[in-house]
Amino acid sequence: MSPRFATFAIAALGLLAAGLPFIGLTVPGLFEGPLNSPGTLNLLGLCFVFGALALTYDIVFGFTGLLSFGHALYFAVGVYVTAIALVRWHWSLPQALALTALVALVLPLALGAVCLRVRDIPFAMVTLAFAEAASILVLQNPYGLTGGEEGLALGSGVLPAGLIGVANTAHLYWIATGVLAATGAIGWWAVHSPPGRVWQAIRENERRVAVLGLNPYAYKLASFVLSGFLAAVAGVAYLLLQGGANPQITTANFTLVLLVMVVLGGVGTLWGAVIGGIVYEYLDFRLLEFSNGSGLQDLPAVLRVPLSEPLFILGVLFIVLVLFLPGGLGGLLRHVPRRLPRPSG
Amino acid sequence: MSTIVLLLVTGLGLGALYFLVAAGLSLIWGLMRVLNFAHGAFFTVAAYAGFFAATALPASPWLQWFVGLLAGILAGGVFAVLTEIILIRPLYRRPVGQVLVTVGLALATLALVEGAFGSDPRQVTLPDWMNATTTLLGAAIPNTRFVVLLLAGLVLAGLLFFLQRTRYGLIVRAGVENRSMVSALGIDVERAFTLVFAIGGMAAGLAGVLGATYYGTIDPSRGTTMLISAFIVVVIGGLGSITGSALAAAIVGLLQQFLNFYAAAGVGDFAVVILLAGVLLLRPGGLLGGPAT
Repeated sequence: MSPRFATFAIAALGLLAAGLPFIGLTVPGLFEGPLNSPGTLNLLGLCFVFGALALTYDIVFGFTGLLSFGHALYFAVGVYVTAIALVRWHWSLPQALALTALVALVLPLALGAVCLRVRDIPFAMVTLAFAEAASILVLQNPYGLTGGEEGLALGSGVLPAGLIGVANTAHLYWIATGVLAATGAIGWWAVHSPPGRVWQAIRENERRVAVLGLNPYAYKLASFVLSGFLAAVAGVAYLLLQGGANPQITTANFTLVLLVMVVLGGVGTLWGAVIGGIVYEYLDFRLLEFSNGSGLQDLPAVLRVPLSEPLFILGVLFIVLVLFLPGGLGGLLRHVPRRLPRPSG
Repeated sequence: MSTIVLLLVTGLGLGALYFLVAAGLSLIWGLMRVLNFAHGAFFTVAAYAGFFAATALPASPWLQWFVGLLAGILAGGVFAVLTEIILIRPLYRRPVGQVLVTVGLALATLALVEGAFGSDPRQVTLPDWMNATTTLLGAAIPNTRFVVLLLAGLVLAGLLFFLQRTRYGLIVRAGVENRSMVSALGIDVERAFTLVFAIGGMAAGLAGVLGATYYGTIDPSRGTTMLISAFIVVVIGGLGSITGSALAAAIVGLLQQFLNFYAAAGVGDFAVVILLAGVLLLRPGGLLGGPAT
């Protein structure tokens, strides 16, 4: 794509996304109900949030080459810190957001400083361990803050009136769209800035970056903190759309799902990651509907059981993709896959 | 006093389970540089295979337990070998791709097990002796703890014997040290890859059945918890070191049990992560590992 066409396409898509709540069109097969129905808007909002989240993960994994398995933690910061401040401490929304922003800066900075002392797979394991510790903490429900397994519903009177109720789904949808647009803009700016180029150099050859006189540690930490902070922003949007916090988003499995999203879309391309996030969330939602639907009931158990598990289908799809299409969906759209699977041996 | 003895044996039993999962992870990592996320899936599949093999057999509880144990080991081994041949082998030149397929396999397997058998825990029937306790230094200790410890000890001894005294063990050790040198000497390292996957899968399978014995129940999600604990154990012990994994597994199991009991539930799990961070800051290669690679 030429840059001019890309700019045009992004502007057109942005306008379409922003104007969607005014379009009463039905798209049979893709969405149930018209485009501006609350159900569709909520689903699309969630898709956009996951697109933004996948993009933040791509900054650290795809562009800096850091295989972090703890990204769910920073998303969870956005979800849980905001929810706790709002529900348990009865703070106003701006106060809660200020606190979340602070935690979302300090936590990735502190944990990243420790984790980045090791590289590659040990790094992956340590980030995983920290995220798991946070997940345990959330499930233990310390001082009754997190609500444990039941999660934390926002309830009534916590949020400003414009953000509550089915009638106001469009507002939440716009927030999600805004978060995606902002994350995309910041992400694009970051990876094209001078430090962003250093990130990609580190991904390719960290030692050479060090030899050139740059400190890879500081650049990696910057990438880690930026992506963690933006993930928390996506977390806030998720909290608002879902109307509550649930502990599933803190688990190690959720980080693995994030990895699936990014690889699905194409590692190392921002828009690929966004597409991956959107497609994954959409498929997950639709497959769940499909599994609860009547179409599967007549099938024998051998077929019915696997088909009614969205994560099974997505997991298999993911394996096939890794084996046969290393560039992800983004690579498929861009050009014919450059790297064909090589024969073993 | 009796509480301390009980916590000691229980913690070591837990550590034994961690060791069985971690040993395979550590060998696979050491030789192949593959972080195997599917190891928890081996554990889970083996636990269910053992459960159904045992319940399908109209025999005495002891025989049932034993058949379940064998079925679990077999299931873990077969699953692991198939994973290596079908999924890992085509990706020998793409290390990140190898990690990614094991992630996909872990997610898909977990979902399939949940879909087929439900996510609720299932009660495991054990021989009467295993439900009983033995008094040791005034503490009534469940007999299952001794079974787990004994079998894990045997596996540790067997693995050390295999690595130190057999030709294939030599190849594996040399491969951990320098893989390209071993292939340069004309030895088929890729066959050793399948071998470590088989060993790791069987150890994880054994852990799956022993986990059912230890807890008295099986459920689909325990494999994931075990996997994460085993990751921590492997890193603390030093990647690629079996004795390091055994030592770290004992430390992690004891720390969890003692702190979860004396401090508060969850504190032990937390302390383990802090320990991990501390070890990495002071000795990035792990307790018994070489310099970090």
